[in-house]
Amino acid sequence: MKSTLFSKKNRKLLSDPLGDQNPITIQVLGICSALAITVQLQQALVMSMSVVFVMVCANMIISALRNVIPSRIRIIVQLVVVSSLVVFVDQVLQAFLPDVQEKLSVFIGLIVSNCIIMGRLEAFALGNKLWPSFLDAIGNAIGYGWILLAVAFFRELFGSGKLFGYQVFPDGWYEAGGGFYLNNNLMILPPMALIVVGLIIWVQRSRKSFPEDLLEEN
Amino acid sequence: MEELVNIFIKGVFIENMIFAYFLGMCSYLAVSKTVETGVGLGAAVIFVLGITVPINYLLENYLLKEGALSWLGDRFSTMDLSFLSLIMFIAVVASMVQLVEMLVEKFSPQLYSSLGIFLPLIAVNCSILGGALFMQERQYSTIVEATSFALGSGVGWFLAIVGIAAIREKIRYSNVPAPLRGLGITFIITGLMGIGFMCFMGISI
Repeated sequence: MKSTLFSKKNRKLLSDPLGDQNPITIQVLGICSALAITVQLQQALVMSMSVVFVMVCANMIISALRNVIPSRIRIIVQLVVVSSLVVFVDQVLQAFLPDVQEKLSVFIGLIVSNCIIMGRLEAFALGNKLWPSFLDAIGNAIGYGWILLAVAFFRELFGSGKLFGYQVFPDGWYEAGGGFYLNNNLMILPPMALIVVGLIIWVQRSRKSFPEDLLEEN
Repeated sequence: MEELVNIFIKGVFIENMIFAYFLGMCSYLAVSKTVETGVGLGAAVIFVLGITVPINYLLENYLLKEGALSWLGDRFSTMDLSFLSLIMFIAVVASMVQLVEMLVEKFSPQLYSSLGIFLPLIAVNCSILGGALFMQERQYSTIVEATSFALGSGVGWFLAIVGIAAIREKIRYSNVPAPLRGLGITFIITGLMGIGFMCFMGISI
């Protein structure tokens, strides 16, 4: 049983979205609710975890129900499943992490209309069995999460000199301590999230091993 | 009146849906290849935002908010249904989009043929649901204010997509490094446009 569970095909489901099929940098899904919360790593982490949870549950529920859902109303069924899960996540965050929830404000709610979730439900879960859907959900959600964390890493490091709220650069580097360094306030502003993602895309596509047919025209 | 204009201007320039909150990015990136489609989608967004936000405002104030049910009698005056708001809002958005599509098809086939293909896309456009959620969070005091906020954000979104579409049409003639073509350069240009839009910060009438 074990060998079929992690057969080559299944492993590919898991690993593809991390790299050459990444939901954000290649498939252009789920950017909407993602970028605004990358100012600090902590927010990005909470957001990624929420997406992983919602995505895995939604993909498995839809996959389990795929033979019962009439195709005409499938969008509404998907929306209902996803939004109930999101309400659940929202309530849990409100109870246990109220300060993070406050900062994420509307963006947790916006997971509902996050196209990455609808996209995977529509493209994968509706036509596949439970286990592959689970792997596909994990792969895509983590592919989404690592881009989020990477962007947040650079923005928090250079924007406020911290990681997860702990100061990284020693006091002596800053002007107050006789140093040379100034925090780059531009990194905290929203436009920099876009530019950082643009640069990540550039780096990713510059690799020699990147499949050429995925490169775009202008 | 002044307050209304202020909310409108704020929605268009300062709290622009794209540049400040990244809402509706997916369709923004996918449909901005030519100005013509950009205008179509932008108009559809203004239209749908202008309809759904007032409806959601009424729902929020007469059904969902704490104490909103007091018109049913004293027994209901402490009820708080706001945990249901997400589901209500998305249901309103999805059904309104469907309804608007049918109405437009019936009464203005010309408009339908130009907006038609974009309307279904809008149900999953985060800027619509985002508009409703921001309306809820910011607690506008009248329905007119909420509508003016909705129209303002719609116009802001319209400006953003028309702007990027025009730039992308021009950039086709430039020599962008191959790995950066398409998505990468669009992100970076959007970032630069966002920095440009930041010069409106603090404007009020």
